[in-house]
Amino acid sequence: MQASLSLSLSLPPAAPRSDPAPTVFRPSALRFCGLRREALGLRPLRPAGSTWVFPSPARTPSRKTVAAVSGNGSPSKGFDYDLVIIGAGVGGHGAALHAVEKGLKTAIIEGDIVGGTCVNRGCVPSKALLAVSGRMRELQNEHHLKALGLQVSSPGYDRQGVADHANNLASKIRNNLTNSLKALGVDILTGVGTIAGTQKVKYGKVGFPDTEITAKDIIIATGSVPFVPNGIEVDGKTVFTSDHALKLEWVPEWIAIVGSGYIGLEFSDVYSALGSEVTFVEALDQLMPGFDPEIGKLAQRVLINPRKIDYHTGVFAKKITPAKDGKPVLIELIDAKTKEPKDTLEVDAALIATGRAPFTKGLGLENINIVTQRGFVPVNERMQVIDASGNLIPHLYCIGDANGKMMLAHAASAQGISVVEQIGGRDNVLNHLSIPAACFTHPEISMVGMTEPQAREKAQQEGFEVSVAKTSFKANTKALAENEGEGLAKLIYRPDTGEILGVHILGMHAADLIHEASNAIALGTRVQDIKFAVHAHPTLSEVLDELFKSAKVFECISGVHSMRNCA
Amino acid sequence: MAGVGQLHLGTPFLPSASIRGRSSGGGGSRRLTTRIQAKIREIFMPALSSTMTEGKIVSWVRAEGDKLSKGESVVVVESDKADMDVETFYEGYLAAIMVEEGDVAAVGSAIALLAETEDEIPLAKSQASSSSSPAASPPAAETPVPPSPSETAPEAVSSPPPSPKSSQAAVSSTHPASESGRRIVATPYAKKLAKDLKVELGSVAGSGPMGRIVAKDVEAAAAVAAAAAPVSSVPPKSISDSAAVKAPASPAIQLGTVVPFTTMQGAVSKNMVESLSVPTFRVGYTITTDALDSLYKKIKSKGVTMTALLAKATALALTKHPVVNSSCRDGKSFTYNSSINIAVAVAIDGGLITPVLQDADKVDIYSLSRKWKELVDKARAKQLQPHEYNNGTFTLSNLGMFGVDRFDAILPPGTGAIMAVGASQPTVVATKDGRIGVKSQMQVNVTADHRVIYGADLAAFLQTLAKIIEDPKELTL
Repeated sequence: MQASLSLSLSLPPAAPRSDPAPTVFRPSALRFCGLRREALGLRPLRPAGSTWVFPSPARTPSRKTVAAVSGNGSPSKGFDYDLVIIGAGVGGHGAALHAVEKGLKTAIIEGDIVGGTCVNRGCVPSKALLAVSGRMRELQNEHHLKALGLQVSSPGYDRQGVADHANNLASKIRNNLTNSLKALGVDILTGVGTIAGTQKVKYGKVGFPDTEITAKDIIIATGSVPFVPNGIEVDGKTVFTSDHALKLEWVPEWIAIVGSGYIGLEFSDVYSALGSEVTFVEALDQLMPGFDPEIGKLAQRVLINPRKIDYHTGVFAKKITPAKDGKPVLIELIDAKTKEPKDTLEVDAALIATGRAPFTKGLGLENINIVTQRGFVPVNERMQVIDASGNLIPHLYCIGDANGKMMLAHAASAQGISVVEQIGGRDNVLNHLSIPAACFTHPEISMVGMTEPQAREKAQQEGFEVSVAKTSFKANTKALAENEGEGLAKLIYRPDTGEILGVHILGMHAADLIHEASNAIALGTRVQDIKFAVHAHPTLSEVLDELFKSAKVFECISGVHSMRNCA
Repeated sequence: MAGVGQLHLGTPFLPSASIRGRSSGGGGSRRLTTRIQAKIREIFMPALSSTMTEGKIVSWVRAEGDKLSKGESVVVVESDKADMDVETFYEGYLAAIMVEEGDVAAVGSAIALLAETEDEIPLAKSQASSSSSPAASPPAAETPVPPSPSETAPEAVSSPPPSPKSSQAAVSSTHPASESGRRIVATPYAKKLAKDLKVELGSVAGSGPMGRIVAKDVEAAAAVAAAAAPVSSVPPKSISDSAAVKAPASPAIQLGTVVPFTTMQGAVSKNMVESLSVPTFRVGYTITTDALDSLYKKIKSKGVTMTALLAKATALALTKHPVVNSSCRDGKSFTYNSSINIAVAVAIDGGLITPVLQDADKVDIYSLSRKWKELVDKARAKQLQPHEYNNGTFTLSNLGMFGVDRFDAILPPGTGAIMAVGASQPTVVATKDGRIGVKSQMQVNVTADHRVIYGADLAAFLQTLAKIIEDPKELTL
């Protein structure tokens, strides 16, 4: 799975409200908190990357006040907390909100800044840059504007202004997240968290004595950092990762992007809209290897070929040297299979987007006999951590990028909620095939469930048939009104049962459109049922409406298929 | 919606002979008919829906030279509704792709040729290169394709250039960034443009950081290459005595037919349209030629031609006005050319070409005249090399030999100015001392790119030129 960078911030999920929860504030208190922050003139914005010391002593009283109101439950006997979460990213945050709702006394330990990768160095600031690049792209497309009857003269941008927008957005979301935790009374403990033993966690700032606390259950949610392969020297200026790129300190004339997954693709959208020329370096034989092949092919046609982008596939960047002494950035390429030297690129900058590595060092996992796999914490389908001898470790869970199951912010949050459900005695197994993913290029790409090859492989193993239906954005009224007819929606389903196996969309607002499909998969809705759902006209959602309607599910009464298991 | 890419329309092939039968008429296609063999089939744009009139080639699934078996997908076509794979009904080799990816073709027009055997691929290729599919949009700045040995050079391909490739071959230096020229360092967009404009990157000098080739270098190279062929809207002539002159023949035109452009004519057309994006203006001047005429009479016996004299005079004037020898390649800067290369338009069968007198300011008039004769001979024999016709920095076009007294020329893209020269005629003039006399005078008219060359620049240049021509002793120095 590709890294999580590209995914939108998942707002605190609306938890099931059926059971009476003692809390006053629900996750929807987010907005309230934001307003409150502004009204009281709380904390100034800080540049991303500066260490966020939290909470400041002056702030403590107000936190306590809030905590008193919020009703963070009292801990179980003999423990400081019911639940301690290590890492206040989107995963930890989602878990904490749900835990409070379930009446658990909860603490969250953060060694860096609240919000984690997604909010500070990932999905959130990248969305700000992509919002700018999308508009730039529209304004630069004279042909498109002319077709709409618009006239715009020489659009331009101010780099610092764009960078500030991204930074401000990250700060705003970070504050919202922090305030929502505070409002609910979650204790935010500052420092690096370490597992000291069963149900024991130590935390403390570097150079200060550690504090040890006990918790009935512990969730590891320490996330990930950009993965930089050996041989690549990152200087943060001409050779950098997404962490630096999101600050948009400069816009190189020519940038090589190593890796053509979500992160690489999104940055190619940003850089090419801002005037850079882009060269992709991809180790596999195809660009965008994670996508359904058909979507990948179309994406290449729409997002790569017409732009100032070229690519080298089937090659590794063996060595990357930052620009110095008047020399450009040097990238030595070798054949991915034969390892023979292939080419040398000389570019102004290189962005390393080769995926993300789990951030699990220093967690003290060895204290409780855990051996990580390439850094990932081994877990079962309930996110329970498995030790070196294959046994489940009681009261210890790991969610999000650190377990590597699905490196997406909202997947981490969903896993956290699933864990809290289990802690509360309600068994819960998250269906990862119902978790959507999106790439926020222009147009967007989104997907949920299996790709066609995956579905066909599964079908062969299990002996069922697979059908594919497709619709084009070209036939959608709203898309045509926007003059954005380029796009495809693809449904992979079982014609015998009508089960939806996967949906892939490339087109305008694909990231927003996917949820009808992901909800259908999560709830087990079948094609033959969802096709009767009504969609407002004219909207882009009719692309999916048509998609479901064009699927052909076997009729149960037909003689040939009478023996099949009809839904 | 029907499934995109799932439909397999199997209609696109018909034996080519039947198609040719329909479109005969016009000299070129008659010749083609004779060359066609039934085993080369045309693949053509299918009608994927009842409302479809043209289709865009989304992608070629197979490449030229690939063996195809029956029922295999060959090409993805975008109709007004969806994208569909088109498959073949016949076995054979995909010999020649006539409509490139991204281009549009009318329903029913040929988009590729299919050869039955491998041996027929070259034949099909030559057929593809000489026939022009009306709906296919020719790539920008395309210049004639070299005739393949197997066929007689069709008149269409009368201009010799074996490749359109860059103009800058002569001035090309090694790329500092490329290990003394062993590697080409070009940005992604520069590479894309080079492919589209058919510019050979190896011969382009990079002006980007560390000597890399950037988009504007390719554009400049393509513009200069393009300027080589088409010059003015009127078939220009070299000056009267020059060997190339021959009244444009008008044989064998069948009335009532539509004859597609040859590649060269297509390139001219494209460049003419392209020239509309340059803000040009014109300044005219009347120059007395009595002194020049008498000089010419004196040294004519030594092989000196009027073209060489005019080129020399122009070049000497340009040394004093470098801005008139400059060009604007990116809309943002002056490109001051290091040498003065005078391109002179010459009409040839089926088009025109502009042999270039390099360093016309430095070469003496006798050598220059010999050089000119050599270039004209080569042009007639269609043996001009690209560096001999595509690196002009200033163009001369002369219709004086037809008695044309004045005209204006279209500025070839990529250059800064072109001068249209009319006939020198005895004219009654009033002199300063109040008398009336007869003097030989010619009118010249310079068209220039006002982004870099302003009215005062041209005026000063013309004044200098007039001085040189009216007192031509400098020319023989």
